[in-house]
Order: sequence, then structure tokens, then C-alpha cells
Amino acid sequence: MTQLLLFNITNGLIIGAFYVLMAIGLSLILNLSNVINFAHGGFLVVGGYIAYTLEPYLGFWGALIASPFLTAIIGLAVEKVLISRVYGRDPLYSLLLTFGLAFILEDGTRVIWGANGKPFTIPAALAQPLSNEFFFITGYRLFMVVMVAVMIALLFILLRYTRAGIRIRAGTLDLETVSALGVNVRALRSLNFAVGIFLAGLSGVLAGGQLGLEPTMGAGLLMPSFIAIIVGGVGSLIGTLVGGLLIGVASGVTAVYFPAASEAIMYVLMAVVLLVRPRGLFGEEGMLT
Amino acid sequence: MSELLNLESGRKLAALVAILAALVLAPFWMPLLGGYTALGTRVLVLGLAAMSVNFLLGFTGVLSFGHAAWFGIGAYGCGMILKFIALSTPLGILAGTLAGGLAGAVLGALIVRRRGVYFAMVTIAFGQVFYYIAFQWSSVTGGDDGLRPFYRQPLHLGVATLDILNDATAFYYFVLVCFVLAVAAMAFILRSPFGRTMLAIRENERRARFLGIPVELHIWIAFTLSCFFMAYAGSLYALVNNFADPRGLHYSQSGDFVMMAVMGGMRSFWGPLLGAIVFVVFQDYVSSVTINWQIFIGFLFVLVVLFFPRGLLGFLQQRRGA
Amino acid sequence: MTKRLDFGAVDRRTIVKAGAVAGLSQIAAPFIWSARAADAIKVGMVDPFTGVYAAVAQNELIGVKYAVEQINAKGGVLGRPIELLVEDSANDVGIGVQKTRKLIERDGIQFLIGDVNSAIALAIAQVSNEKKVLHIVSGGHTDGITGKDCHWNVYRVCNTTKMEANSVAELLFNKYGKKWHFITPDYAFGHTLQEAAQADLTKFGGTVTGNELTPLGTTDFSAYLIKARAANPDVLLVLPQGLDMVNCLKQIAQFGIEKQIHVAGLQQELESREAMPPEARVGIWMFEWYWKQPGVPGVEKFVADIRKRTGGKVPTARTWFGYTSMMSYALVANQAKTLDGVTLAKALGNFELPADVKLQPNKCYYRAGDHQLMTSSFVGEALTKPAGDPEDLFKVDTIVAGDKTSPPESETGCTLQWPA
Repeated sequence: MTQLLLFNITNGLIIGAFYVLMAIGLSLILNLSNVINFAHGGFLVVGGYIAYTLEPYLGFWGALIASPFLTAIIGLAVEKVLISRVYGRDPLYSLLLTFGLAFILEDGTRVIWGANGKPFTIPAALAQPLSNEFFFITGYRLFMVVMVAVMIALLFILLRYTRAGIRIRAGTLDLETVSALGVNVRALRSLNFAVGIFLAGLSGVLAGGQLGLEPTMGAGLLMPSFIAIIVGGVGSLIGTLVGGLLIGVASGVTAVYFPAASEAIMYVLMAVVLLVRPRGLFGEEGMLT
Repeated sequence: MSELLNLESGRKLAALVAILAALVLAPFWMPLLGGYTALGTRVLVLGLAAMSVNFLLGFTGVLSFGHAAWFGIGAYGCGMILKFIALSTPLGILAGTLAGGLAGAVLGALIVRRRGVYFAMVTIAFGQVFYYIAFQWSSVTGGDDGLRPFYRQPLHLGVATLDILNDATAFYYFVLVCFVLAVAAMAFILRSPFGRTMLAIRENERRARFLGIPVELHIWIAFTLSCFFMAYAGSLYALVNNFADPRGLHYSQSGDFVMMAVMGGMRSFWGPLLGAIVFVVFQDYVSSVTINWQIFIGFLFVLVVLFFPRGLLGFLQQRRGA
Repeated sequence: MTKRLDFGAVDRRTIVKAGAVAGLSQIAAPFIWSARAADAIKVGMVDPFTGVYAAVAQNELIGVKYAVEQINAKGGVLGRPIELLVEDSANDVGIGVQKTRKLIERDGIQFLIGDVNSAIALAIAQVSNEKKVLHIVSGGHTDGITGKDCHWNVYRVCNTTKMEANSVAELLFNKYGKKWHFITPDYAFGHTLQEAAQADLTKFGGTVTGNELTPLGTTDFSAYLIKARAANPDVLLVLPQGLDMVNCLKQIAQFGIEKQIHVAGLQQELESREAMPPEARVGIWMFEWYWKQPGVPGVEKFVADIRKRTGGKVPTARTWFGYTSMMSYALVANQAKTLDGVTLAKALGNFELPADVKLQPNKCYYRAGDHQLMTSSFVGEALTKPAGDPEDLFKVDTIVAGDKTSPPESETGCTLQWPA
């Protein structure tokens, strides 16, 4: 039983790492621009499908690198044309806008690539389990965790040491002052959004290798991201990181004892956090209330 | 001054009469335009749901994007009564309304301190909790297959029996009566001092607080009331379909209701009904014509948000006022 | 006071006009579903063309449309052409019911096909029953449709879960072993499928080492696979369908489980097969109809014709369901020389399908007692490498006749109540 438990906790961390990647992109966009990006799942799907289309020409690794950039460019275009128009307004409008966008992305994917699922092949070297004992840790899953860790590290460097990153962090706390100090807030928001969508696109490629591609897969992966953000605390990226891992592990552990509730546990966790510490584990009081 | 008031209230009365007349005569003029009675019934129920969301959104300024949860709970409550307990339509409606309203009251108390984006996120997440419960607890709710079978029962009114099960027109009128009752209650509340306070909170929460108004309490009451109305609409929806399923609880359903309210005009009372008419008819028509109707719905959302944020009635009012 | 919207040269009116033009051109464009004709007999199809079942629903539609062409080319039904009206149920029961009412009340259809989603199929069966319209459920599998929820006007083409379990169970038991572990999707279809298989297993004298209930939409099966492997069964039965099955099999292949445990399942669909990477195509399965049947009359022509209409893709079982449903109506109506729902429903009982419709070697007929089509099960093995044609992903071992796999009418729980 302990072995089973250990396996599931490890597995949970791996799954959690994936949630983190999704949630951090969502969190970035939420923190700076106050936009709940319902279309995040849609961009994930687009990222996956673009990689699928590029794979015959660039191979897996080429597609892995190229697709998030392409997805980010699409995201940037969407931001400039649509989302930037609703920044000043009631959050209701950005919610409805991204909601409608999610429809367009899902159906658009169906139109371009067809309704049937598509297989996305990963290099054979990665598709092997690590050992007979730890059979569920395949090379690919480990690779995913490594990718997430690398991305987080890069993001950290971006936010800490580059000028744009510092401005983003400052903007999260007080956008008005940042603007008054002469920073081009529009460009900042666009950059921030593009980074968030880059992460979504990357999640899509990784998810494609793990799960295969299907137009409706985005919606199912969106909810855990929300929960990760709420549990971790709105406004805190560290919180999102911890939140994602936490719900992954909780889900894995519950699957051992009470499999039917392995998804519900995430919501229960969220409810508990909201009751006991409404601002989330790492959230700051006053953020977006 | 009093002349102006008379003109205004006279116009409002005329509008009210016109709307009621159109609704009462719907089974007669709808088929001429390519409609059918079941469509009208569906519009009424979804319109009522949209108005319930707007009760909170347009009149209190609180954004709940998970309101479909109460809608779905109302549907399941009604269905469960009809399936397991008693073959009585009124009891079903009552049970559904109470179930959804009480659940909303409890949840509302938990989240009433949050605002804005955070409040919206929390309502989405909690709405999904209920979706998930309905989905997973298949022994009680039927899970993905939904709660079935149950049938709306004919009403025995003492003097006559209204066969709302088999007669589509009779059922339409039954739903219309229920609709009018709810709408009248809503209007009554909005006109009351409580309703005025809600508007004050919408306009400027801080000032309301300074005036000594217990803002959280008011928001909670408004939230709870809108949940009761929502659950009531949900019960009716269960009767329309003879079915209750988890889809009715999903956040995409919530999104549809909010969109109806915004599309019709959030600041007006009848706006959401107009929004529901446009939305349901549009969806019904477009999905018959092309398989890719979701793209059209998505574009509709985008268009409304970008170009018609005040909704249709808001747009018309603007033209008149200009 | 008017508010100015700052869009530069593009203003609101222009957008609305552009939108209207775009919308109208959409309607005129190739997405149109049906062409109108006077004096036609209208038939309706309600299926989830958007949502998770979109792929299979679209294949059903291809089958139905092909059938309509064939019927109209031969003179239609009772001399009148068939006009097909298609509606999207969007995988939502409320919409499905509404569309069905629309098709019956407003459009006056005489015959209904649908839905892939069992829950929607049951709900619209209530409506078709209320309106006395003949209704064939093409692809909804829940047993109740021809069991305890049967109606006099409802027939079904695809297999029941019991039929599916019975077709494969014996082969699995004899070939692979007695200890079975189940991965079951947690909804009615999954439950009945698993119960049927378990009943067979117990009858043969085997044991169940475990039953993992997985929520619909589970993407990560690792926790369940970890448990399954720990239980050390002979056979791992994978019952989820669609995307769930694809993910489960992928992960099984990634973990190398199929090297220690035999993998098998019951229902399998070509749509899912094609969505899987090659290494996930393992195990013994059952298809409800397969396109490669050398020597069976009618099949080659059907496959060739469908390939012309899909740009080269072969028909799947779903295509055949749609085709059969539509053809059944035309055949029985032409035979009975009437369009009356009750008469046709009675005539369809024990109706045997001709060779160019049944497209299988065994006798294929609608059973009168429960309205279930006695269609064969194609049992065989998955092919990791396609055998020749890139879509030949399955090797058929045996084709078991429907009345051998189906429980007798008395056991289905169906009691038909005909109108007075």
C-alpha cells in the first residue's frame, strides 16, 4: 500500500507540474490585465494542433520549439485586435469576450483539422518507462517536468532581471503609477499576454504528446488551472506554482483510496482554502477584491 | 413636471401591455414566422433565467458567472420530486426552487465579501463543483445520462384538468403564467426600498457604505433572491425537457445567461428577455443551417461585447435619447 | 449625448453590414445541409455534430446522406423523393429535445434518426413516441432503448452492451485467461458493459481482480493503471470510449503494460483507432461493423462509394449505422406501401435486411420483441501496423451473428405497448 501511495504521490507531482504550466500563463494574464482568459484552453489546443501540423517538416523537437512562438503570435494579434479594447471596462466584458473567443477557437480547430482526434507522435526514446519498478514514470513525463522547471526558471529570470519583467511585476501591483512613470502600458500588456499564451501553446504541445489532440480538450484542462490559481492565491505566481502541485498531489492520493472523487478533491480543496484563508495560500489581501 | 411623469409612465404601461399581448398570442403568430410553440416555451424559461441573472448583475452590479448552478439544482430538485416522491408538478416546482435558493443562500454567505474578478472566478469554480457533483453522483442524479424518466404531470385545477404533458400549447400557457408570477415578484422587489438600495450599491458601493447601509447583507439578500428565481426557472426547464442533466449546471450555460442579459441590455428590466429571444432564435436558426454554428455564436459574443455593450435596449435608448 | 466609438474609419454600421454579408454568404456556401424540394417526404436526423461525439456523428451523417441519394436515384419512397433535415443536438439534451420538436411540429418529418448520445436518444424517443413518429436510434448504445425504456415506435441499429460483451467474452476467456481487471467509464453505458462482461466471466468460472471506475473525461489514467498492474490480472479490459480510450491505451503503451498483461476491450471504433499512435493499437476488440470484408456482397461498392464522398476515407461502423437506418425506412415503407407510423413500426418487426444493406455475412433482422437489430459483431485483433491500406487497422477473426450474442427477448426487460 505504501508503494501504491508513493507511486501516486510522485505521479501527482508530475500531473501537478503540467497544471502549473497552464495556470502560470493564466495567472500572468490575470494579474496584470485583470482579464480572466477563458480562451486559454483554446490557445492550448491551437498550440497542440500547430505542432501536429509542423511535425512532419520539423520533427518533434522543431515543432516543440516553433509552435509556442507561433501560438504566441496569434495570441498577440488577438490581444491587439480584441482584448485590448476591453481593458478599462468592467471585468464582465473581458469574461464574455474570452468566452466567445473560446467558442471560436474550438470550432475553428474543428473546421481546420477535423472533428476526429489526431495522434501526435513523440520520439521513441522518450516513450519508454524509466524502469520496471517505476513504470509509470516514462521518459516523456520526466521530460515534461523538466520543461516546466526550465520554463519557470526562465520566467523567473525574465521577471526578476529584465526591464520588461520588472515593469510587469510593478504593473501587477500598481499599473497607474507605472504608467505615470512613462512606461508604455499597452506594449507591456501585449507582451505579458503573449508570454501567457506562449505558455499555453507549450502546454498544448506537451499535452498533445501525452493525450493526443482533440478540439474539445481545452475546456477540461482549464478548470484545474483556475483552481490552482484560487488555491495558491490570486496575484501570486509562487502561489500558482504551489497550488498546481498541491492539487495534482491531492488528486493522485485520492485516486488510491476513493477514485471517483479524484477530480472532486480539487474543488473541495478550493472550498476549504476559500473558507479558511480566502486570499489563498500565498495571496495578498486586497488583490483584486 | 407631472405631465412628463404621466407621459413616461403612460409609455411604460403601453410597453408592458404590448409585451404581455405578444407573449399571450405567441402560439398564434410564431408559426407564421417559422417558429413553433416549443421554441416559445424554451425562450420564456431561458428568458426568466437571464432576468434572474440580471437581477443580480444589472441591478446590483455583482457579476456571478456560475449562476447556472442554481438553475441546474432547481431542475434536479423538481425532477427528483417527480421521479421519486410525488407525481405533482407544483410540488416539483416548489422543491426545485427551494433547493436552489437555499444552496445559493449558503454559498452566498461564504463569498459575499469578494468583488469583481475574484468574485466571478469563485462563482465559476463553485458552479463547477455542483456540475461535478451532478456528474459523479450517478446513483442519485443519473450522472452523465441525466435524471430520467420523469414527466410533468397534468394539473388538476378542481374545475378542469390542464394536460400540460401532451398539449404543447397548454404547457406554453402554464409556463407563461409561471413566468408572469416570477416577473411580477421581481418587479415588486425592484421597486421596493430594498430594490432602491441595490441600485445605490451598484452605482457607488463606497458611498452606500458611508450612508450606513449594510452592504454585505444587501448583496447577500440580492444574491439569494436571484438564486431563488434562477432555481424556479430551472424547475420549469426540467418540466420543458422532462429531463435534468449536468449540462444545465456547466459554466458555459452560465455564460449563455449572462450573454443574454448583456445582449438585451443589462440596465433594463425586459432587456434579458429580449436577449434570450435573440440568442435562442439565433442559435436555433444558425445551428440548422451550418455545422459550424459555434463560431457564429462566438462572433456574436465578441460583437456584442465590442460594439453593443449596452445591449439592444441600451442601443435603442441611446438612439432615442440622442 | 452620443458616445463616439474610437475605431477610426471603421464604425459600427459597417461592422454590422459586413457581418450580415458574411453571414449570408455562409448560408449560401457549401456548409448547407439540405436542399429543399416540394412534394418530398421529410425525414429528420438529430445528432451531436459539435462536442465530443462530433466525429462519429459526422460519419453517421455521411451514411444517411449516401442512403438518401441511393433511395432517390431509385425513385424515392412511394414515388416521392426523400428530403433530409439535419439538426445538431450539440450533445445537450435540452437542445436535442427542442430540435426534435421543431422537426416534428414545424417541419413535419415522418421519420427520425438519432442520437449518438444515449441520454439524448432516450429523451428524443419520448418526443417521437408522443408524436407517433417512427424513430430509429442509429448509434446510442444504452441497453434501455431496447430494454426497459423501449417504445413501440423506436428501433435500434447498433449493438446493446450485452451483445458486445457476449461476443468477445468467450474468446478472451479461452485465449487470454481467467483473471480480469476492468477499467470502466463511470456512466450508464460503462456500468452495463462491465456488468455484462462480468456476468459472462462468472459464468465461465473466472474472477474479477478489480474494477476501476474512471470519470468521463479522465485524461490521466496512471493512477488506475498503477492499481491494475498491482492486481496482476491476466486480462486488462479497457472499456472507456472515444478520447478516454485513446488516452488510456496510449498510457498503457507508454508504461509498457501490454508486455505483462493482455489488453482487451469490448467496443472499439475506427474513429478512435485512427486517433491513436501506432504503439497504442494493441489487444483484442470487437467492432460493430468493419469495412474490410472480402467476398461479402455489396461491401466493396459501399466502401468505394463512401470513399469518393469523404476524400478517400473508408466507412466506419457509424457510417453503416446511418446508412442502415435510412435504408430500413425506405425499404419498409415501399414494402408496406404506406407512411403511417404505426403500420411501419409493426412492419419493421422481423424485417430482414437485404444483402446490399446489411453488408455482412450473417442474417441481419430487427427483432420484433424488443426492436433491436440482430447485427453481427466483428471480433478480432488490433493491428499496430496497417495491413496494406493505411486504414486497415483491425484483423477480423470471427463474425458472430447478432442473435447469438443477444440475450433472448424475455430477458431484455422490454414490454412494448402499442397504441390502441
